[in-house]
Amino acid sequence: MTEQIAEQLTGAQSLVKALEHAGVDTIFGIPGGAILPAYDPLFDSEQIRHILVRHEQGAGHAAQGYAMVTGRVGVCMATSGPGATNLVTAIADAFMDSVPIVAITGQVATHLIGTDGFQEADIRGITMPITKHSYLVTDAADIPRVIAEAFHIAGTGRPGPVLVDIAKDALQSSTTFDWPTELALPGYRPTTRPHGKQVREAARLIAAAERPVLYVGGGVIKANAAAELKMLAELTQIPVVTTLMARGAFPDSHELHLGMPGMHGTVAAVTALQRSDLLISLGARFDDRVTGQLSSFAPLAKVIHADIDPAEISKNRTADVPIVGDCREVIAELIGTLRKQSDDDGVEGDYAAWREQVLGIKKRFPVGYDKPAEGLAPQTVIERLSALSGSDATYVAGVGQHQMWAAHYVDYERPRQWLNSGGAGTMGYSVPAAMGAQVGLPGSVVWAIDGDGCFQMTNQELATCALEGIPIKVAVINNSSLGMVRQWQTLLYEGRYSNTDLNTGPESIGARRIPDFVKLADAYGCVGLRCDSEADLDATIEKALAITDRPVVIDFVVERDAMVWPMVHGGASNDDIQIARDLAPTWDDEDI
Amino acid sequence: MTTQHTLSVLVENTPGVLARVSSLFMRRGFNIESLAVGQTEIPEISRMTIVVNVDELPLEQVTKQLNKLVNVLKIVELDSTHAVERELMLIKVKTDPQTRGQVLETVNLFRAKVVDVATDAVTIEATGDAGKLTAMLNVLEPFGIREIAQSGRVAIGRGPRSITDRSLRTVPGVQAG
Repeated sequence: MTEQIAEQLTGAQSLVKALEHAGVDTIFGIPGGAILPAYDPLFDSEQIRHILVRHEQGAGHAAQGYAMVTGRVGVCMATSGPGATNLVTAIADAFMDSVPIVAITGQVATHLIGTDGFQEADIRGITMPITKHSYLVTDAADIPRVIAEAFHIAGTGRPGPVLVDIAKDALQSSTTFDWPTELALPGYRPTTRPHGKQVREAARLIAAAERPVLYVGGGVIKANAAAELKMLAELTQIPVVTTLMARGAFPDSHELHLGMPGMHGTVAAVTALQRSDLLISLGARFDDRVTGQLSSFAPLAKVIHADIDPAEISKNRTADVPIVGDCREVIAELIGTLRKQSDDDGVEGDYAAWREQVLGIKKRFPVGYDKPAEGLAPQTVIERLSALSGSDATYVAGVGQHQMWAAHYVDYERPRQWLNSGGAGTMGYSVPAAMGAQVGLPGSVVWAIDGDGCFQMTNQELATCALEGIPIKVAVINNSSLGMVRQWQTLLYEGRYSNTDLNTGPESIGARRIPDFVKLADAYGCVGLRCDSEADLDATIEKALAITDRPVVIDFVVERDAMVWPMVHGGASNDDIQIARDLAPTWDDEDI
Repeated sequence: MTTQHTLSVLVENTPGVLARVSSLFMRRGFNIESLAVGQTEIPEISRMTIVVNVDELPLEQVTKQLNKLVNVLKIVELDSTHAVERELMLIKVKTDPQTRGQVLETVNLFRAKVVDVATDAVTIEATGDAGKLTAMLNVLEPFGIREIAQSGRVAIGRGPRSITDRSLRTVPGVQAG
């Protein structure tokens, strides 16, 4: 027997060592009083690159962007009090969109907790409803175990944010390092393997259906199940819709793809769901933006609902066949069962008539827009960005009109090609998330497609990008207003544009160009370009694509009255989809 | 129409777990009728007995959400026919030489007991299910009830089986690198 004397180290050193053991290579963060001890050993880490951001919200979204493109757990770090509360928006965003991140925050020393000490905030309490789990560490000996658990919980099952709040004295005190080989998490046992009986029941319903639709959500991307999904769709020849969170899970170029469903979904996707007799929901959650008025959503359909989170099943719409499991395993099992069903019993569905019907709708009502008599159409900008950058590029949107146009007019061919803030709808997501994505994908093209409103919420991270060699490209779709809100004001408030004019446009529309985004880019050490006509569009985009050593910002001065279509008004039935203002699709002879 | 449900929730005995559970009920819009927490025969496990007034479907949803909390180990719904349910109540009743005898008689009838006596009041300790305690309060009401302290409901399934068996288990660890 050898006697080992455990090496003594500080809690801070233990934290950095634990993060290294967890495989961390990048942290986005800002130091401050309570977290300061951690930054000293972090300075020496050869494995971990710390990227100093300009605002903690940026650190949080960057961790999300990194996680979304790499499929690994993203990490952000902040100090106590306001440092921690600035992370809250990003944590809420990660919770809504099931993004695996670990947020590490400093906390005031144990003896000060509860005394309203300087920069004290109960960040664990504040984030309790928006984290998958959270910890407050007051004993340095707990650090390795808590870090190991935090990464395990964030990255497995339904992914999500985990907060680790560490008291300053725990970081400063002396401890030993003991990386756990086994985790004691008796209350955490995500089900990944689907129940065979449920899968067989699903296969039976699929074979019996006449008008099935594969309703695909972000869970398919999280589960790395795009290849299996393609196999399932091609095997069964069932049409596919991909939600906002699932764009790229199934190639846009595929014949069976009907596009995005929901409030701004394609006519084909929305109508297919409405008329379907069987929804095969894979990693989707029947969000209100997809269903519209729930009581009239897909009224004739039975529902197979597969999700790794049992709480999503039958939450909004009752499932006829619930399947709890990882989407990749569910789809693989389903393929096997369908094949067996076909080989053994000769049972398989025939959806030729249905397919013809929905593909006909897709052909008749493509997503489209009318170009304005004057000025640059925002949709054209996004179409050309996509055409010139291709599907190897990654596209990261903010929230609003430009987000919906980016969802429709970029050609998505692969999973993780598209990042956005779907559930939370966080304006300001784009630039920092693109920064995180670019760090996760060095050498590739990452476009932040942003609005002039969103861009002004988080563009301080351009400084981070310029200094840290993170050459993101930002396309500001500048319509000089909070465009989506303006659209609602046009449609619902008789064009009374209360507080939506941002004055970022040119003098020709009576705006004051404050700020001037080209000058702003220049001030941040980025290349600033401007484009206000279709004639210059391709040349400007190509110029931006040629710059790889610095961030680029393009101010696309677009026509401000463009609207997002199709649209189902809030709370209305999806049957009332409009393809333009007061214009419903006409169905001619078809039986609806 | 909502119905009353009694949930036995086994949780890890760690700080903050009560806050997690109660904040989840609040966030999902459920009112807790009563809540009682205490250690079980396994020191690492606490048991929460939660009484809620909800329909079947929302109950399923809240149970699933509760199950997602990492510190929640197990949830069992106990129905009153297959479980023993008890509440404890301390009642301070006004008495005078004329009424004291009648109050003590009530105490005996309900198999309660007197735990404190003053010249013009007695304090009664009573246990039972909600029905019995309500009946007793009705009888005591005319004498003048000065103060009531009531515990949450605790409940346990009938028969030899235990819900705390096999509630602690470990999962394989995260590998380095």
